[in-house]
Order: sequence, then C-alpha cells, then structure tokens
Amino acid sequence: MVPKTLYDKLWDDHLVCYLADGSALLYIDRHLVHEVTSPQAFEGLRLARRQPWRRSANLAVADHNVPTTETDRKSGIADPISRLQVETLDINCAEFGITEFDMSDPRQGIVHVIGPEQGATLPGMTVVCGDSHTSTHGAFGALAFGIGTSEVEHVLATQCLVQKKSHNMLIRVDGEVDAGVTAKDIVLAIIGSIGTAGGSGYAIEFAGTAITAQSMEGRMTICNMAIEAGARAGLIGVDDVTIDYTEGRPFAPEGERWEQAVAAWKQLRSDDDAHFDKVVTLDAATIKPQVTWGTSPEMTAAVDQVVPDPADEPDPIKKAGMERALRYMGLRPGTAITDIAVDKVFIGSCTNSRIEDLRAAAQVVRGKSIADAVKLALVVPGSGLVKRQAEREGLDKIFIAAGFEWREPGCSMCLAMNADRLEEGERCASTSNRNFEGRQGYGSRTHLVSPAMAAAAAIAGRFVDVRSMQADAGGCR
Amino acid sequence: MEAFKKTSSVVAPLDRANVDTDAIIPKQFLKSIRRTGFGPYLFDEWRYLDRGEPGMDCSTRPLNPDLVLNQPCYRDARILLTRENFGCGSSREHAPWALVDYGFRVLIGPSFADIFYNNCFKNGLLPIVLDSAVVDRLFEEASDGYRLTVDLDAQTITTPSGDVVDFAIDASRKHRLLNGLDEIDLTLQHADDIRAYEKRRAQAAPWLFDG
Ligand code: SF4
Repeated sequence: MVPKTLYDKLWDDHLVCYLADGSALLYIDRHLVHEVTSPQAFEGLRLARRQPWRRSANLAVADHNVPTTETDRKSGIADPISRLQVETLDINCAEFGITEFDMSDPRQGIVHVIGPEQGATLPGMTVVCGDSHTSTHGAFGALAFGIGTSEVEHVLATQCLVQKKSHNMLIRVDGEVDAGVTAKDIVLAIIGSIGTAGGSGYAIEFAGTAITAQSMEGRMTICNMAIEAGARAGLIGVDDVTIDYTEGRPFAPEGERWEQAVAAWKQLRSDDDAHFDKVVTLDAATIKPQVTWGTSPEMTAAVDQVVPDPADEPDPIKKAGMERALRYMGLRPGTAITDIAVDKVFIGSCTNSRIEDLRAAAQVVRGKSIADAVKLALVVPGSGLVKRQAEREGLDKIFIAAGFEWREPGCSMCLAMNADRLEEGERCASTSNRNFEGRQGYGSRTHLVSPAMAAAAAIAGRFVDVRSMQADAGGCR
Repeated sequence: MEAFKKTSSVVAPLDRANVDTDAIIPKQFLKSIRRTGFGPYLFDEWRYLDRGEPGMDCSTRPLNPDLVLNQPCYRDARILLTRENFGCGSSREHAPWALVDYGFRVLIGPSFADIFYNNCFKNGLLPIVLDSAVVDRLFEEASDGYRLTVDLDAQTITTPSGDVVDFAIDASRKHRLLNGLDEIDLTLQHADDIRAYEKRRAQAAPWLFDG
C-alpha cells in the first residue's frame, strides 16, 4: 500500500465522490456555527426553502459580539446591531433545530474553545466553521478549516463541501524548548520563518518532539495559527495525549463505542515513509520568546532582538511593507523589543484562552501588580467552563489582586467587535493571533505574544523576557 | 448568483502586499445580517480620514486622498490590481461582498489567500492569478485611463496596446461563473452519493452518527 500522510487519510475517509472536473465532494462531520458568518447562510436556506441535511452535525454559539462584563451580560447587549446579530442566531437555531449554547449558557465561549472542550471535535473528523481559525481543531488529528458564508450555507444544506486537495507540508520541530518558551512562541517562530503566505496551498502537519511534548492546549495554539501561515489546515497526529484529553467529554463516545473509536484513532498519523511535498525543519532549542513588531504575524522578533531596519531588506515590496508597518506601529528601527512600553494587555482569544494559558499567565502574575502605566489588563477566559475551572484553582484571585480585570468568555479584544478595544495609538501586548492594522480597534497597535509574555509585560509595563522574570522568582522553572 | 460577463474597465492599482480582509472590510461592519450594502465601507480605514461606523452616510465623510480608489480617474474601476497574498486573514465573506457591492468584478494579483479566493467565486468576482513579472508590468503601465479587457470565456486579458495575456482558471469554476450557477443545487444532484457515503461511514465509524 502506498504510504499516506495524515491529511491523505482524512481526505480519503471523507471523500463522497469526485466530480467531473476532478474536485471532490467532501463529507463534513462537524459544523460549528457562530453569529457573524451565519445569518446570510440561514437566510439563503430560507429563501431556497431548504432544510439542514443533518441537524445533529451542527453546534452553534455566540462569541464574537458578546459583552464580557458581568453587568452587560445580565442586562443584554447594548449595541442594537450586535444584539440583532446574536438574537438572529438564536432565532435561526430555534427555527432550524440546531443545538446552541446561548449567551446565558455556562458552556458558552469561543467557538474554537468549546468544540474541543465538549468533545464536539473528535479525532478523525472533518470540522468546519465560518471562521478562519477553525484550523485549531486540527490539533486532534481532524481535518479542520475555515469557510465563507456561502460554504456555511452549502454545508448546512448538503453536509458536504466541494474541495480541491491541498498539498502536504511537514513542519518538524525537534528538540526541547527552553523553559518559558511556549507553543505560541513556536508557532510565531514558524510563521516568522516561512512567512504568512508560506503555507498557501498546503495542509501543514506539525511534528517532531517539541510538538508532541505539547499538551492539547499547546497543540491547539499551534494549529490555530496555521492559518496565519497561509495554510488551509494545520494537523497533528493522534497520540495518547489526544485520546486522554478527549475521554469523558460530553459529546465523546462512551463504552464499547469509545473502544472502537480509540482503535480507529490510533491510525491517525502519517505513515513513516509518507511523501510530503515540502518539509521545513526548526530546531526547538533556538526558539526564544517572540514579540511581533509589525502588522503581520510574520513580522516577529525574539524578545532579546531589536526592531528590524527596512533598509536591510532587499525586496522592495517587503521593504515598503515594513516601512508602512513601522509607521503604523509608531516604532523606530533598532529599538530594543524590551524598550517597547505597553498601554494595555489582553489575555484571551481562541489562540490562548484555555486553562493552561491562564495558569501560565497567573504563575507570572502571582504576588505582583500591573505597572502603573498599564491602563487596562484583561483576562478573558475562552469559555464559561474554563472560567469556572480557573476560579476553582483561584486564578481569578491572582489576576484581580494584581490589577487585571476578570471577564466573561468571548472573542473580546481579539477583534474588538464588542466594547473591548484599544483606542487610537494604544499599544497592546495581546495573546491573540492577528496584529493587522485596526484589528483591536481603530488605530490600534498590537504585539502578539504568549500568555506568560503578556503577563510579564503587564507587570513590567514593557516587554520583558519572561525567562528572566521566572528566574528571579526562583523555582518557577 | 449573477453570471460573469466580459469586463472592460479602468484598472485601480493598489500597490500593497498582504491586504487582509480586516482592511477590506473592518469588523464593525460585520454586524450586519445582510449580504449587501458593504460597498461604501470597502477599505474603510484607508479610504476615509474619520472612523467609520455602520449606518454612516459615507457621501459626507472626508476622503483620504492617498488611497488610489479616491483618485477621480479610478472611481469607476471594475478591475483591481494588487500584490501578493490579497485577502489574507479572516474568512469573512463580507470582503468579496464589499468588493462586489463597490463595483469590482475582477481582481488581478500574483496570489490570493485561500479562503478569500474561494469566496470570490461564490459571489461572481473573478480573481486572476498572474505571474509576478506580469503583475509588475501591469503596475508599471497602469495609470490614468489605462483599461484592460477581461474575457473569462477566452481566458484572456487585453491591454490598451493590444497585448493579450492568458490566464489559467479551474474549468468548473469558470463554468459556474459564466453561467451564474448555484453550487448547492449542483451538489444536491449527488444526494444519493451522499446518502451512500453516510451509510458506509456509519458502519466504519458509528460513533460519528450517534448524535
Ligand atoms: S477569538 Fe479572535 S480569532 Fe478566535 S474566533 Fe474569536 S475573533 Fe476569531
């Protein structure tokens, strides 16, 4: 038998048929739905008098627009346009018989956090959602990718998508990372190395000892940002870590079915001699905590470096992009990353709002206070259940004592569709995934970092190497 | 979906790489539950000097003269020329909706982000990928009054000097675009295949069908 990559296996398992032009009809096991990209799709169904093909394959939640303060949660969404969008999701789900975790449900949270948390994402599935960070779910050995609203409608109506097969890329990260270097730093280093278009046309499989050493939370962080490298999907093979995480989740199979599933899932890894169209390797030992300095995730530097100089860039288009980014970010070439002061700190988003992220940040914050110059430091848990777990562990108290605000779950300042945002010119240490112009508010300046690095920046009021802070604290390593 | 017709128009050169969908249509406009009406807010943060909010009357807002679309000679452009990795970032289909609502029918660039590229075809917008050397040349030539004619059927772009540039496109996408076909209808013609697949799969992986 021809050896197959994990992607090949997932593709073959979901192939309904090939179409005349060589594209394929791919079956979708799980469709996650949120309020921003679905209203026009449901409207389309209604206009064409169509019904969902398989209701139980869908799971919906409102996350992008929801307020994150407790009072706003209780009193409802103030912005009438946001409110209409969230209410429209409620109405659509009720009308079409789709399970929804509404705003008051304790399981509500960011769609990419709740899917895995509920076991609604399982190894070997195809998972889609009208959101580019659907690549997150690839951490489970699932084929997961973001789709547009027309495709949301297409999946609702047919349980399938018309797809062309991607190429296979393998990114191997071998070796051990330094203490204080996290999954976020690994993935930023990868994007810094291959570029934001480096994964275009590929499904990227992440492998190597530095990847398999990660928990599921860390793996999700890595796959989450595969899209920022331009890849359609990110994947990690199934191992015991995957299976242990999945066991006992509400939507996961049980009993005999569980045994059957586990046996199948153990096959979900690339065969040893499978062919990859492109292979990239990174040495984990060389990766340091990362801080992005520009307006694209590939514009990243190690914390001990300086802001690069466009004059050193030979490619004129790249050079112009760097100049524009520095202007927008209000930064000069040659500035040490550790000399950049921050106004706000955001710990949250589908990249870094899981329990482990909050633990890592809390560990840095414990017993300290945020710097006076930091106007606002937010912790926004990824889901109601993450929040509850963190509170059981007393993490909320650590954050609040240090001066952080402890919020209700949602996308929040990751894209600033609700009230959480930066003001023009404000600089933020953010654990989210996009530092685009205006992403966190009009004129906002975003630096992407790991939760531990964001926490450290909140304490110091500027970027610092979290490894030095942890050494100071003694024993944290 | 509207069928794609041969397009002849002025070309607006947007000389930037990695134009992301947040730039194409900023998030505050994503709160709409409709498919139309996004055109006035296309490239909002680059296009206007003030801060855009949904529902604003854009005709009275201060324009940013630096954006190429604000120059009078490009006002009626139906073709947008751009650089590498256009449409990266968020999967929002509001990006092609905004481009189409504004009036664009064709995008030309060396590469497009994957999800965005797919979304274009579902909305009658034709993204054309050309060699970067050819794109460079078009950027050099594109100026006031420079018009291109894009013929999807023949898969050609004709320049004002009469040069013809061929472009590649997937046959089925071309067919659907030319005829304005509904992809869901086409897929539902395979309903029996889908049911047969579900039956097969439910035997091999029954836990997927328990819900
Ligand atoms: S947290 Fe941010 S990136 Fe993730 S789904 Fe929400 S808006 Fe998108």
